[in-house]
Parts: sequence; structure tokens; C-alpha cells
Amino acid sequence: MSASSHPSVTGPGARARIAVALGRAVAGISRLTGRGSGSVIGGRAALRVHPGLLRALSAGREIVLVSATNGKTTTTRLIAAALAADRAVVSNSLGANMAAGIVAALGPTAPGTTAVLEVDERWLPGVLRDTEASTVVLLNLTRDQLDRSQEVRSLAAAWRRCLAETPPHTVIANADDPLVVWAARGAPTVIWVATAQRWLADAVGCPECTGRIEFGPSSWHCTGCDLSRPIPSVTVDDTAIVIDGERSPITLGLPGRINRVNAAFALATAHSLAVPLAPAADGIAAVTEVAGRYRVTTVNGRTVRLLLAKNPAGWHEAIELLAPAPAPTVVSINSRIADGLDPSWLWDVDFEILQGRFVVATGERRHDLAVRLRYAEVDHAVADTVDEAVRICAGRPEHRPGAVIDLAANYTAFQQYFERFGGDR
Amino acid sequence: MTSRDSAVRICVLYPELLGTYGDGGNARVLSRRLAWRDIAAEVHTVGAGEAVPDSCDLYLVGGGEDGPQTQAARELQASGALHRAVDRGAVVFAVCAGMQILGSRFPDADGIDRPGLGLLDCVTMRVDRPRAVGELLTTDATVTGPGGSTVPLGPLTGFENHAGRTVAGSSAIALGRVEVGEGNGDGTEGVVTGRVIGTYLHGPALARNHRLADALLGLVVGADLLTPLDDADVEALRTERQAAARRDRVGSGHDSLHRRRRP
Repeated sequence: MSASSHPSVTGPGARARIAVALGRAVAGISRLTGRGSGSVIGGRAALRVHPGLLRALSAGREIVLVSATNGKTTTTRLIAAALAADRAVVSNSLGANMAAGIVAALGPTAPGTTAVLEVDERWLPGVLRDTEASTVVLLNLTRDQLDRSQEVRSLAAAWRRCLAETPPHTVIANADDPLVVWAARGAPTVIWVATAQRWLADAVGCPECTGRIEFGPSSWHCTGCDLSRPIPSVTVDDTAIVIDGERSPITLGLPGRINRVNAAFALATAHSLAVPLAPAADGIAAVTEVAGRYRVTTVNGRTVRLLLAKNPAGWHEAIELLAPAPAPTVVSINSRIADGLDPSWLWDVDFEILQGRFVVATGERRHDLAVRLRYAEVDHAVADTVDEAVRICAGRPEHRPGAVIDLAANYTAFQQYFERFGGDR
Repeated sequence: MTSRDSAVRICVLYPELLGTYGDGGNARVLSRRLAWRDIAAEVHTVGAGEAVPDSCDLYLVGGGEDGPQTQAARELQASGALHRAVDRGAVVFAVCAGMQILGSRFPDADGIDRPGLGLLDCVTMRVDRPRAVGELLTTDATVTGPGGSTVPLGPLTGFENHAGRTVAGSSAIALGRVEVGEGNGDGTEGVVTGRVIGTYLHGPALARNHRLADALLGLVVGADLLTPLDDADVEALRTERQAAARRDRVGSGHDSLHRRRRP
């Protein structure tokens, strides 16, 4: 049963409705007892009484899945904002990106509502199978959570298989990530987006033939087989996103090069779903923060901007967002299960780029970071708490009074700070 | 303490095949520790398919996944350069998958035994137990310095992530004894054959264990002890990680959800 050939007028059946109601009740209890938003635990309860719930809730909907190692939460938000220009949209916008969170997002919505769903990269095959999504957006695939994730190559292979088994109508994919290209290139229609991706260390060995991939300034090809950069139809420059030669000028509310790339994916997705370009671009431009990323807030009276960077690829994009040297910066690293227990990836990040700034290391793995900064010859201090870290930065002679202090954190550290300082959550 | 006319030549082997777990940091650590002592260092990075020089002083082999591990073993075997370098007296430091391929045999991705390089007197076999993933801590370890003296390293700390069990042969000695974690699988950790040293410690190993880093450099420059450096950050990390490993063992804290088998 394909989503497009069975437009549902009745919505999900009685069993699905009961499962959704139960999930909402469990979520409500979770919220009342102060255990968070409850969407994931509610979704889990609903899936337990109705394992086919995701399939039932997906029937008759236009569904867009967004997956990647980095940028999926932001891009999901940008796509939802673009599509909202001409239709009702539902999204799992708090990053609850496995089956339970997705079910929780879809459950309470009207059956015909378009869904834009962020999907954990390991969950993509299962979610694509159940939702039979018409559109799949694939941003990148790089190393993350070294101790528990599958090797990135086996993830690429799983993506490739699922796209062959449940082919979506359209795949929108990164032309500059060889693993993504290899996974997506067999799909019936692929819209390739030029991203000028910076982190390429996970893609030097060809996923097709294990040969060496050679990277040029705006091209790449395998030296052993025919895998090479497809010609992108979507590009991005300093002032516009260009789709099939048509320029859409855009001034983003989000900072940084990487968000221009994320916006290009969003606009291309909207265009492929026949949303007019101008209002879609306006919707994208109006997004100023995503689940606390880039939020400017106060920490004990000092102005701080929250930035998320959780792995080498993410750090190489985040470092350029930081206030320029010599502005002092806080960097916070945890190593809980959601971060990966092994933070040795710190040595894959060129923290040498931070030379000329004073960096305060905090978070549960502040000492690992301090050693990394020592060897990067970055002047630094260690602070046991984020409060102390911000205080140290604010007291530095090179800190301009009133300037925003950047606080860059990996996943669970970021979540802690967002919950504590983020404001209206 | 020591003087050299020429730069210390460090060779990083196949980082794209054996560089998954931050082990590239070992080269950064060694070259900085040399530079801070005004000893010149050159780091040569050799990619898969490229010629391996046999004239370097110190070779670094990192950890990686099963498939690339087998490819690295094949290339090094075909090259012969690492064997020639070891015959000349070069120092080799190999981590995890790198240690496994330097032994006389190791299991590939399908569990089939592959011939290793035979530079370390050990064999690695696949065993039926969950993958060892977590903090690895040894008791006080030592290595033999260039003059035959015993160089104390303190406890070795790192993060392990491997499935194999490694058994040292009669001509090899262990690098340390496990206090927390799996290590080789028999209560020992790491294998030393002459100037070839293997370990399961990621972290990277030399970032967490500065005395081990200096011991490797000491072998190269012919000194048991090098000028001390400011290692306050490393000492703080070592104290914190040793406490974390012991806490982990007794089963408090979130890490215990993942593992763990007592040594």
C-alpha cells in the first residue's frame, strides 16, 4: 500500500486511535511527573499496543523523511517552515527521531497533514519501510558516537538497500558526500545538492570498490570505479539558492555557511513538492533558532549564545560560527550514551584553529578537552561548572563588555544548558 | 639531555584505514612533545596505496574496522618497508586493530584467520563474548629504556573497543596488567616485542599516558628520561579517568549500562 495511491479519507482505524490515545495519556503522566515532554515514552507505549501504528498513521499522507549525521534537526525545521507556506505541516521538531518520537508526532494530527520527519540515521530503513515516504532528504554521513554506532559504511549500505526496497518518489541528496551519493544514486529521481562539504575523512575509501577517492576543488571521483560527483541541480552562494538555474535570493535568520546548505536542501524539497519558491524562501528565512541551537540567552546575567557541535564534521562547521578571535569561548564536552562514551574524536577536530582565543573547557570531559587544547597550543582554563566557565570568559581582559559569549557544547551538554538557560521550554 | 643532528621522523600509517578512533592524535602528541623540547620532528603520513618509507624512526599504526584492517595488513605485507625499518631498530607503536595485524595472525571481518606481519609475538583470535567497550586501566606499567633500565609509566589509561582476544607468545612481554577492563583478555594488556609495542588503548593512548609517549621518544633519541614538561592538564585527566574507570567497575554511573566484565 503506497501512501500516494491510497489517499485516506477515514484516517487510521480504531486500534490506531486507541493506541494514540494511550500514548498521549502516558505522555501526559510523564509530563505531570516532571519527566520531560513525554513524547518518546508515550510513543513507545502506543507502539507496544499497536506495533503497526507508524504504518497506520502514515497512510494517505505526504511524508518527507530527513536523515543525516549532522543537520537533520535544523533541516527538518527549515523544510517544515518552507512547506508551511501553502499547507498544514506536522513535524517531530524536538529531535525525537526514532520510531516512538515519530509516532508521538503523527498521532494527534489530522490524517491528511503533510509530515516532515527527522529520522535517526540508523532508523531510516525501518521508518522508510513503514511510512513509504514520497520524499527522502539525505544530508551527510560521517563518524559519530564511536563506541556504539555502526561503521558509517554499513549505514550507507543500509540506506542504499532501503532506498531500493521502498523507493521514494524523490530523493534529495548531497552531491559532495561520496557515501550519500553511493547510497542514493540508484533511486529513480535524485535531486543533487552541491554542499562543498568540509569533512571528508570518512569518505576517502570508495564504498563501491574500496578504491581511493580523489577530491578536487569542486569535484571528486573514485580512482577505481565509476563513482563520481553527480552534477548538482541545486547550488548555494552568498546571496541566493539556485535551483535549475533559477536564483532565489535569501537572507537567513540562522548563521553560518552550513545553514545556507541546509536551507538549499529545504528549498529544493519545497520546490519538488510544488510549493512556490518565494513564500517557501520567506518561511525558511524566518527561522532564527532550532530547538535552542543559536539561542541567545543569559547565564547569571551574562549574554551567552548556545551552539551545538557533536562530532568532527559538526565542529569543523561550528568553529567558523564562533565570534572571531580574540573573543573568549566556552567549550563543553560530555560523554554520555547519547554523545558516545568515547570522546577520542576530539583529536579529529582541528582545535588548532582556535589559537588566538582563550577557551574555557567545561562539561564532564573537560579534562580530555583541556589536554587536546594544550596540544593544540590554545590558551585555556578548566572550569568545573558552566557558571564558572562563563564567569572566567566574562572576566578576561579581551572580553568586550556586553559582547555575546559563545558556548559550544556537544549533545547532552547542550541539552542540559538549553533546559537550564533556554527559557520557555 | 640529548642532542640530535637530524629531525625525528614519525610515520603515520594509513590514517584513512586505521584512524577511526582518534589515534591520529598520537602523532600530534609526539611531535608537540619533541617541539617543546626543541627537538625537530617530521611527520610523514602515508595513505593506502602509497609507498611506505623504511627510513623513519617511529611508526604509528592506529585502530580501525575489520575490513580496512585486513587491507592495511595486506599492503604492509606486500611493501616490506615496516619489516626493514624494524630490523634497523625503528620503534613501532600500534593500537588495537594495528596491534592485531602486527601479530602473527588475526581474524578478519568474517572471522577467518589472516596472516599478520609477525612483528609482534602474539596471535589474536575471535572469542564468543560481547565486544569490550569502555575504560581500560592497568596497574603501574614499565618499559625497558634504551640503556636497559626500567622506565616507569604509571598506570596506563585509555578506552578500549574491540572483539578479539590476544595471546602473547614466549618471546613477548605484556605492556601492563589490567585493573579495569578487558585488555588482551587474560589479565594482561598490550604486547611488547623488542621496540615494537602494541596496545588496546585508545583515547588516544599517548594523550592520556605522557610517560609512555616520552618512553617511545626516549627509545628513538637514546635517552631513558627526557626533559620534564608541564603536564598538569594530563595529570588532571589521568586522575579523573582512573577514578572513572574504578567507579565504572563497581557499577555506579551511566557507563555501567554498557558493560562490563571484570578483569
